[in-house]
Amino acid sequence: MDEVLAVFTVEAREQLAAMEEGLLRMEQGDRDPETLNAVFRAAHTIKGGAGVVEIHAVEKFTHVLENVLDRLRNGEIEVSDELVTLLLRGCDHIGALLDSVEQGEPDGDLVAAGAGIADGLRAWTAGPPVAGGGGGAPRHPESEAHRAGGDTAISDCWHISVRFGRGVLRNGMDPLAFLRYLLSLGEIVHMTTLTDAMPEAAQMDPEACYLGFEVELRSHADKEAIERVFDFVRDDCDLHILPPNSRIADYIALIEKLPEETMRLGEMLVGSGALTADELARGLALQQGQAETAPEAGKPTIGEILVGQSAVQPEIVEAAATRQKQVSEKKAAEARLIRVQADKLDHLIDLVGELVIAGASANLLAQKSRQAQLFEATSILSRLVEDIRDSALQLRMVQIGETFNRFHRVVRDVSKELGKEIELTIGGAETELDKSVVEKIGDPLMHLVRNAMDHGIESMALRLERGKPAAGQVGLNAFHDSGSIVIEVSDDGGGLPRDKILAKAVARGIIAAGQNLSDAEVANLIFEPGFSTADQVTNLSGRGVGMDVVKKNITALRGTVEVHSDEGLGSRFTIRLPLTLAIIDGFLVGVARASYVIPLEMVVECLELPGDAGDSHYLNLRGEVLPFVRLRELFEAEGDRPARENVVVVKAAGRKAGIVVDALHGEFQTVIKPMAAIFRHLRGIAGSTILGTGEVALILDVLALVGLAAANENVPPGAIPARI
Amino acid sequence: MPQIRRVSIERNMTIYEAESLKEELVDAVHGAPDGLELDLSRVAEMDTAGFQLLVLAKNESRRLERPLAIVAHSPAVLDVIEFYNMLAFFGDPVVIAAEDAR
Repeated sequence: MDEVLAVFTVEAREQLAAMEEGLLRMEQGDRDPETLNAVFRAAHTIKGGAGVVEIHAVEKFTHVLENVLDRLRNGEIEVSDELVTLLLRGCDHIGALLDSVEQGEPDGDLVAAGAGIADGLRAWTAGPPVAGGGGGAPRHPESEAHRAGGDTAISDCWHISVRFGRGVLRNGMDPLAFLRYLLSLGEIVHMTTLTDAMPEAAQMDPEACYLGFEVELRSHADKEAIERVFDFVRDDCDLHILPPNSRIADYIALIEKLPEETMRLGEMLVGSGALTADELARGLALQQGQAETAPEAGKPTIGEILVGQSAVQPEIVEAAATRQKQVSEKKAAEARLIRVQADKLDHLIDLVGELVIAGASANLLAQKSRQAQLFEATSILSRLVEDIRDSALQLRMVQIGETFNRFHRVVRDVSKELGKEIELTIGGAETELDKSVVEKIGDPLMHLVRNAMDHGIESMALRLERGKPAAGQVGLNAFHDSGSIVIEVSDDGGGLPRDKILAKAVARGIIAAGQNLSDAEVANLIFEPGFSTADQVTNLSGRGVGMDVVKKNITALRGTVEVHSDEGLGSRFTIRLPLTLAIIDGFLVGVARASYVIPLEMVVECLELPGDAGDSHYLNLRGEVLPFVRLRELFEAEGDRPARENVVVVKAAGRKAGIVVDALHGEFQTVIKPMAAIFRHLRGIAGSTILGTGEVALILDVLALVGLAAANENVPPGAIPARI
Repeated sequence: MPQIRRVSIERNMTIYEAESLKEELVDAVHGAPDGLELDLSRVAEMDTAGFQLLVLAKNESRRLERPLAIVAHSPAVLDVIEFYNMLAFFGDPVVIAAEDAR
């Protein structure tokens, strides 16, 4: 796929996401015209882009969608659930078209599906204004008021209002040429030339342009095409374009925006046929009526302007200039962002990884050489390498919010499907994590969210019976916690049925009957393979590919997942993931002749193992029971225990444990080399790395070791902190 | 007896001539207390700058309450004035060319 196309699809997907977000907000009752405008702009951008890269299927389909949005924007039709559903299906179809573009040609099914949706959409563009097509939604006073504001002009022409900047002529551009070019787009029904800005002869600069124009253009071109006519003078003119049949209020707003006197402009619009006299009067009356109901608003109404103003207001011209400045500043801000291919970034991270290893090696040699200057130089170097590493990793950090936001749509669709009312709340959207992790966390999250909606949230009747609000809550939350990111999926549903899980687990032979398990242990049984407590297999979940797959996926990311449940009150799944997959700050320890790396962020403290520890597996840490594992035993290292042993106290998933080692070598920055597939099942090892000396060191899987240490002991009650 | 002055412009009316044209037109208005007739039949080219100067001359003559009439238009001049829909502004009789009148 060529590069332009790739850029288009990436951008189109972003626009689609924006569209979807806007549509969902509109469905939830957001009537801010800016939301609708954002949706419209997104659709328009996709259409324009598709036209440029010549993907006509997308262009054509989006055009239909855009027509509906345009009618919405003009207040001709109203937002309804039905319409939003249709528009969302339209978005999905555009997404599917983009997929097919990436994979080649669209297949017949897709084209047929698209035609169906397009027909559905066209029904909305053909219906009579407002009253029709609205699906007979109950009409309440509020919507009546809205309609009054949505009064549209009968003119079927584009209204183009343009004031050329003083420098246009001097820059070798002639308004005549631009306006004549409009003829290529359609018919100029009426043109009004405004010369009001021209000063008296003495002050008049013959090379400056003082003209403004109000043009009625009958054309099938879209707004963008009309704007494009003025591209060359875009920064040097004040351009307003109103589509055919715009709301009268829009015309009034335009009149207020333009520098000339209100009355004159009003008359002129009537004169040129843009508005009828009646429409103008209605618009002005409406404006005035609003002003009366809201007298505290300091903005001068047209009525006041009519009375008090008799001259051109220079500050409005100034405002126009400021506006242009803002536009160019925004452009500059956009230019500060650059798109980079993900694999280029990955390559950079790889190189930085190698640099870290090479740097460590140089550092080690410098230390051995005992040359102070060399040592100093390498220290500076390694500090810089550290900075580079951090910045490089920062490049890949993305906010999780985008991933979370996708679930708005999922929750909406699934709750409709299930006939439940479910709200999604999102927290910690600005939490950053590695892009590669974000990409891989989507599926497990999707499963958990669907699961929460399907099995977690009870039916509405049951909820009311239990005294809960009818609408269920599903929450997504993320935050950073000691070097990892924690993502929580919670619901306020029925929680996990302990008895049912126990019975099932016994039936499946996962546990022995009569085995005594804590609540947390029971709840976490659902992650065992082939475990599903759903009595009914639904469309959404319960098909056996269940929580075990979620767990597997998360474990593959070096993360963990656990569930906490309060029967009757809800459940919460907690996913804990490393921030990045590539590089960690490690703590190097030695056992016999081998070296091991413990992720530094998990190390709490180091102490010497008390001599009286003997063969026990716990020690007294300032009055606290600290279970520990001896690496020497665990890995069956050769040789005898040294006279002095050290304990590295680590903390993972809220639990503390000790790891007993022979020697502490200190901090060490390291690049994780994943273990080959045959070593996957090894417990206690997370990966490997290469030391500066060229030796291999194993990276310890602290979480597994902590679990092991805890299992070695009869953990006193309360040692596992209760989690809500 | 009122003396109506007639000035004939015999060059292009574009941005290149704008500076001197302005002077010429303003002087012509000022120098004709009883009214001015402009003959533009020999203006081969006219652009927006030239058009603006005509508007300026008209404004100036109105301010001084002196009549200004364009007695003859070249096709180039007429074209611009028509396109800008400003015939009514100048209020001059225009000869419709035969080919346009069909």
